[in-house]
Amino acid sequence: MEQLIVTLVTFDGAVNWTVGFLTTVAIFAILALALNVQWSVGILNFGVAAFFMVGAYVSAVLTLPPPEGLEAYVAGWGLPIPVGWMFAAIAGAVLALLLGIPTLRLRDDFLAIATIGVAAILRSIANSVEGLVNRSRGLNGIDGLLQDEVSGGGYRWVELAIALAVLIVVYWLVSRATASPWGRALRAIRDNEDTARASGKNTVRFRMVAFVLGAMLMGLGGAIYAHRSGTISPLTFSDLLGTFFVWTMLIVGGSGNHRGVVLGALVVGFFWFGTPLIQESLPDWLGSRVFQVRQLLIGVLIVVFLLWRPQGLLAERNRVSRFVSEGPDNQGDERATILQRARRAMSR
Amino acid sequence: MGLTLVYGVLGVGDFAHGDKMGWGMFLAFFVVSSEGANLGFAGGQFGSLSFGWGLVVGILVAMLGVAALSLVLERLVFRRLRAAGGTFFVFAIASLGISIGLRAIIQLIWGPSNFRYTPGIHPATEILGGIKVKPDQFFIVGVTILAAVLLYWLLYRTRFGKAMRATADNPGLAEASGIDTGRIRYGTWIVGGMLAALAGVMLGLQAEVRFDAGFRLLLPLFAAVILGGIGNPWGALFGGLLVGIAQEVSTQWINTGLKPGIPFVIVIVVLLLRPRGLFGQAR
Repeated sequence: MEQLIVTLVTFDGAVNWTVGFLTTVAIFAILALALNVQWSVGILNFGVAAFFMVGAYVSAVLTLPPPEGLEAYVAGWGLPIPVGWMFAAIAGAVLALLLGIPTLRLRDDFLAIATIGVAAILRSIANSVEGLVNRSRGLNGIDGLLQDEVSGGGYRWVELAIALAVLIVVYWLVSRATASPWGRALRAIRDNEDTARASGKNTVRFRMVAFVLGAMLMGLGGAIYAHRSGTISPLTFSDLLGTFFVWTMLIVGGSGNHRGVVLGALVVGFFWFGTPLIQESLPDWLGSRVFQVRQLLIGVLIVVFLLWRPQGLLAERNRVSRFVSEGPDNQGDERATILQRARRAMSR
Repeated sequence: MGLTLVYGVLGVGDFAHGDKMGWGMFLAFFVVSSEGANLGFAGGQFGSLSFGWGLVVGILVAMLGVAALSLVLERLVFRRLRAAGGTFFVFAIASLGISIGLRAIIQLIWGPSNFRYTPGIHPATEILGGIKVKPDQFFIVGVTILAAVLLYWLLYRTRFGKAMRATADNPGLAEASGIDTGRIRYGTWIVGGMLAALAGVMLGLQAEVRFDAGFRLLLPLFAAVILGGIGNPWGALFGGLLVGIAQEVSTQWINTGLKPGIPFVIVIVVLLLRPRGLFGQAR
């Protein structure tokens, strides 16, 4: 971190930091968009870290060369990186199916508990089963896409381009999905499941599809993260960074609004990754505790936003389709918030 | 084995909240369990137990402190959210935020290292058939039983307990019958907070005092609560025992590192076979 501050003083350093920062934010924005898809149907996924981790590990072991020496992991087939990405997405989807089958038709809170649990168990498996993924040593030397073709310092621009390209594709995908009739059905289910069911929608199936779609994107995000950072270990996928951090982006940015979520990723990301930059200039008593303070502030941020700006920085748009005009009804309901939605759900 | 009973008491902490479980609360007791360690002035030892009056004071301070903390959070956060019409989703996320914040505060104050109430090794004495038990563990079991009996008395033998159960069953109806549900909620937070604090101290006594110990217990706790049926204190006590035993016994066959996965497996199996828990009533 000290090195980081030194490098920031120069112009090149500042540029390099910004490029790296934006790459990280783009990856987290992918996760947050994926979470937004699940949340848009009222799924409470508290185990983002699990899907993130599965994607990262699957892609890593498939693309790494066979293990040597002290290394001990499965696969190691040296497959091309895009294939790793694909299987990362598939792995996320499979995990979501396995989790969703027993829990999605039950009470909302069960899925939340199950997902937070699966994140914990996956970390403990990765940590303790010998010969699976190198245990706590983690996987190292994961190649980045096009790393061999682009040499030296220019590669960070390639990383940024990759992350942004994937983000744009994901953004386009989720925007299309949620603006489609399918997306409207999701909102209907979240806002009032009984009415949706009465209108002939198979709500469990809709929720399952949204859960799996979100999990696929999270797996993909994990794969991109793994190839970008080059090294992953069970510690990387903590509940704090892997799950709650992403939730903060969603709440701050504006749940239900994709543009808001990306903005939230940028704001919360800057807040989180920017803190080390000012560490040096803080008084000692604060500087040495800056990591705990920012963790505290993340918690405070969630609560403050829920209390005073539950719709986030950018509110969810009420206009459900471009074929429907924003009638007087909709305008009055401009500040559609989680709370209002919740109130509607309460009156079931 | 003492730990398993602790699970039970912790699980009881959320019985009246039903769906809107206080995640933050689970971390709150933890704050106080380390606070108890700091406040525990050296007060000698009781016989072969590893602690003295200091811990007793610590327990009381912890219980009062967490009860107060729960009340503050209820006033500052949960009441407003409820007034705005929040559901489980909003409470869950808000309490998540609170849990992150509370854990950060613990780290800020006490740092990330581990503590024990009393340093040193406490030998276990052998009772029947080669089973070794520490004196402290008798104490833990005793306190747990005492807490369970008191809770039973509170819930089933006092007007307050009756009102509490009525509110849990149907808040609207309870209010219509002239019960001040707002006061009941405060009371529930107090009782929940106190039980949580007690369990936190017991956990610190059995294991070690760590900033994330409370958080690590979250999954076994939920497993116990779901197993026992949500909102059923006795079910949770039994569920806690079962989860704890399953976790300990499992190490006979599987890798110790996988122990944390046991509660998760239990949760999934219970959800598949009997979603309302072993003792839950049909909803």
